Parts: sequence; C-alpha cells; structure tokens
Amino acid sequence: MSELIVMLSEWLQTLAGGAEPWTAYARYLPRILEGVGLTLELIVFSGVVGLVIALPIALMRITHNPWLWMPAYGYIFFFRGTPLLVQIFLVYYGLSQFEGLRDTGWLWTEVLSQPYWCAIIAFSLNTAAYSAELLRGAILAVPRGEIEAARSLGLPRATQYRKIILPRAFGIILPAYGNEVILMLKGSALASTITLLDLMGATRNVIARTYMNMEFFLLAGFLYLLMAAILIGLFRVAEHFINAHRRVPRRKAVGLKC
Amino acid sequence: MSAATLEVVDIHKRYGDHEVLKGVDLTARDGDVISIIGSSGSGKSTFLRCLNLLEQPSRGQICLRGEALRLAPDKHGELHAVDRRQLERMRARIGFVFQNFNLWPHMTILDNIILAPMLVGGLGRKAAVERAEALLYKVGLHDKRKVYPGNLSGGQMQRVAIARTLAMEPELILFDEPTSALDPELVNEVLGVMQGLAEEGRTMLIVTHEMRFARDVSTQVMFLHQGRVEEFGPPSRVFTTPESARCREFLASHL
Repeated sequence: MSELIVMLSEWLQTLAGGAEPWTAYARYLPRILEGVGLTLELIVFSGVVGLVIALPIALMRITHNPWLWMPAYGYIFFFRGTPLLVQIFLVYYGLSQFEGLRDTGWLWTEVLSQPYWCAIIAFSLNTAAYSAELLRGAILAVPRGEIEAARSLGLPRATQYRKIILPRAFGIILPAYGNEVILMLKGSALASTITLLDLMGATRNVIARTYMNMEFFLLAGFLYLLMAAILIGLFRVAEHFINAHRRVPRRKAVGLKC
Repeated sequence: MSAATLEVVDIHKRYGDHEVLKGVDLTARDGDVISIIGSSGSGKSTFLRCLNLLEQPSRGQICLRGEALRLAPDKHGELHAVDRRQLERMRARIGFVFQNFNLWPHMTILDNIILAPMLVGGLGRKAAVERAEALLYKVGLHDKRKVYPGNLSGGQMQRVAIARTLAMEPELILFDEPTSALDPELVNEVLGVMQGLAEEGRTMLIVTHEMRFARDVSTQVMFLHQGRVEEFGPPSRVFTTPESARCREFLASHL
C-alpha cells in the first residue's frame, strides 16, 4: 500500500514539476482534438439517423398487426440484447463474408468496407432500437383524453399523430433521450476497435508513441466528460424550449415529507 | 318538419357480459338543450361517448340531420364506422366537451383553438385566429390567449375547451359532466358560459349532476337508470311530477 502511495506521489510530481506531459499534450493535442471531432461527428450523425429509423419502428411496435409489430419487436430485442461491440464487428467484419455484397461496386467500396460508415451504421441501428423503445413508451404515455379531444374534433389519424401525439411524445421522451445520447457518446469509444481515430482511437495512437498511458487516458476521460457535460447542457436548453408549457408548473410538486 | 339535428335509435353498449346501455333512443331538434341525469353507473357518459363513437356501441343507429352514420360490427361485436371520412366529417359537426377538459398542454390557448378549424375546417390562419379571439372574448379569456393550459385554473381550462369546440361551429354540442372536475367555486363560471350558449339557441346534450342547472336551463330532461331511459320530458314535469319511482328517489336525494 505504502509503495503505491510513493509511486503515485512521484508520478504526480513529474506531472506538476516535469515539463514532459505538458509538452506531450501540446504536441499531440491537435491529433486528440481531431479525435474529438470524429467522435462528435459519429454521435450526431448516428443520433439523427437513429431517430429517423426509430420513429417508424416505434409506430410499427404499437400497432396490433403482427406483421408490423413482430419485426419491430425482433429488431429492438436483438439490438438491445447484444453488445454494441458485437454489432460493430458484425457490420465491419461480418458483411465482407457475403460475396454478393462485395460485388455491389460503389456500395461496397465507398460504404460497407469503410470503417467510418460501418460505425455509423452500427451506432444508428443500435441507438434506433433504444430510441424506438423510448418513443413507444412516450406515445403510450400521452394522456388518452388529449387524443380523444383530437378525435372528437374530427382530426384524421395522421393529423392526430403529427400535431398531438408525436409532439407530446417527443416532449415526454426528451430527458430520457438525453440519457441515451450520453450512453451513445461513451459507446462510441468502440469505434476505435475498427481502426477509427475517434477520441479513443487517437488517444491510443498517441500512447503507442509516447507510452504515457495515465496522462493521455486521463485527458481522454476529461474530454469525454466535457462532451457529456455540453450535451447535458444542450438537452437542458432543448427541454426549456420544447417543454415550454412545463416551465410554470400548474401546481407545485408536493415533495415527500419524511 | 325538418330532420332532427340528431336522432339515435336503440343504442346498446356491452362490456363483456355487462350491458351498460340497453337500448336508448333520443331525438334532439334544433335549439334543444337536453340534460341527461342519473346516478353513477347508469350509463350517461357511455351513452354520450357512443354518439360520436369515442366509445363503440354494440348496436344502434346514429343520424345527424338525416344522414345515417354507416356502422359495421367488428369481431368483438362492437360497431365501427365503415367510412372513416364520414365519421371525421360527423365528428367535426358534433362538439364534445370533456370532464377533464383535455386541452393540449404543449400548445398555447390560441393554438388549441385554431388547430381544428385550420386542419379540419379548412380555415386560413388569419380567419381561424379571428374566430378564436372572438370566442375567447365570449368566454372571458381573451387576455390568456398566449398562455399555456397548465397556467389556467380548472374553470378557465373548461371555458377554453368550450371555445375550442365552438370554433368548429358545431351543430350540436355534447357536454360530458363539464363541471364535475372543478372546485365548487369554479363551477358557476362554466355553467354561466353554458347558459349563455343555451340562450343563443344552440343544441346541446349535457350529462350533468348540476340539478339546478338542468332544471333551469334544459328544454328536456332524460333520466337514465341501469342503461334504460326511465323518464323523459320537460324539466317542469320531470322535476315536479316524475312518473318513475326511481327518478323520484334520485331527485329526492339530489335536490
């Protein structure tokens, strides 16, 4: 134990006194920041595509038609029940086994063989499954009476969804969806396993040159934390505007009295 | 004589083995204000909700100004509209005011009111806003048009809900216990608005527990008991000399 403390204090001394980590930081920061850029690109891209996929999946999931809800259910079950890493490998390594795919020309050379697109595909499909499940819950949580009001005024089904049910569901989903985006941010570190130089990939790359594990993993951790904090802040702002009607509560929440 | 505003014949509603409505008939003519009274569980609200198919009747016919709503049973024996468009058209002509207001909380008061006139009634935004503002004046809430429903009192929300319904210029308005969810001191502001509508000659069906209102404002009163019409007539008769013993008992305990 005392040995460990001595080691740690020595290391802290080099960090504080020695110029070494700072010069290394200065030297490799551009590379690390490029990694941050790629990480952000991956999650924003996948997040948007994921939401676009999630909506029809959620709508299929709530129908009573087994031809619609069963595939949606299977999709959600698979992507929530298997590790993201497995999904990434399935797309990146797995697809290349199919000769038919390798012969598709542009689709193969420009998209399916590129780690960047494979990561986007895997992340999108993964986050779509979680978002679809969130969205399904939110749609079912829209108070029935509000939908009845829309029906009683003669609004067609599609308009009920467009104007009442989905806007309400997105408002309900927002806090939970922020959580999903944070999880995706952290999951995106797995992109480094298929050669992408996202924040995690860039960090490992730098460490391979400098052998400064602690210094650069700490930096990476700090940058992930910073991105998470910014995302949380952004969701707060979005919540403020999208759920404007909740800004002034109708009745003050009654806290539990112990 | 012109066709009745609303004519419903032999409405039945069954939940499993339990028959809630056992054949209810009703004819409402222009300007009729019909109060539907009865103890809880007598089927009043269910009956009202069957009229615009918020609830699926098991049997019966519904005619709005002589136009029959085309219905067909599903595998559970519940009647559904054959033609969704026809149902939507009819719903647009029949207003419905709920016990719990059911305003859309993510929209301002004004947006709540103009939505259906614009998307169902085909009104332009400007005309819809004009109509909504006039209605908000009428229910005394013009200063609240930019506010969200969550910032209103129950009585104010119900008045907005009435304005939202009126914005579709319905030929008939159904009220499902419009004051039952309100604090006692807020009941009168809503009843006042409804009385004003009755005086304008609007055709209204009102499920209510407000006996005084039913007596003073209605042209007809219908007393439902265990899914059947036990008493029907002008309030002057129903409230003074009811024929049915059950109606007498009910009134004795509610007046």
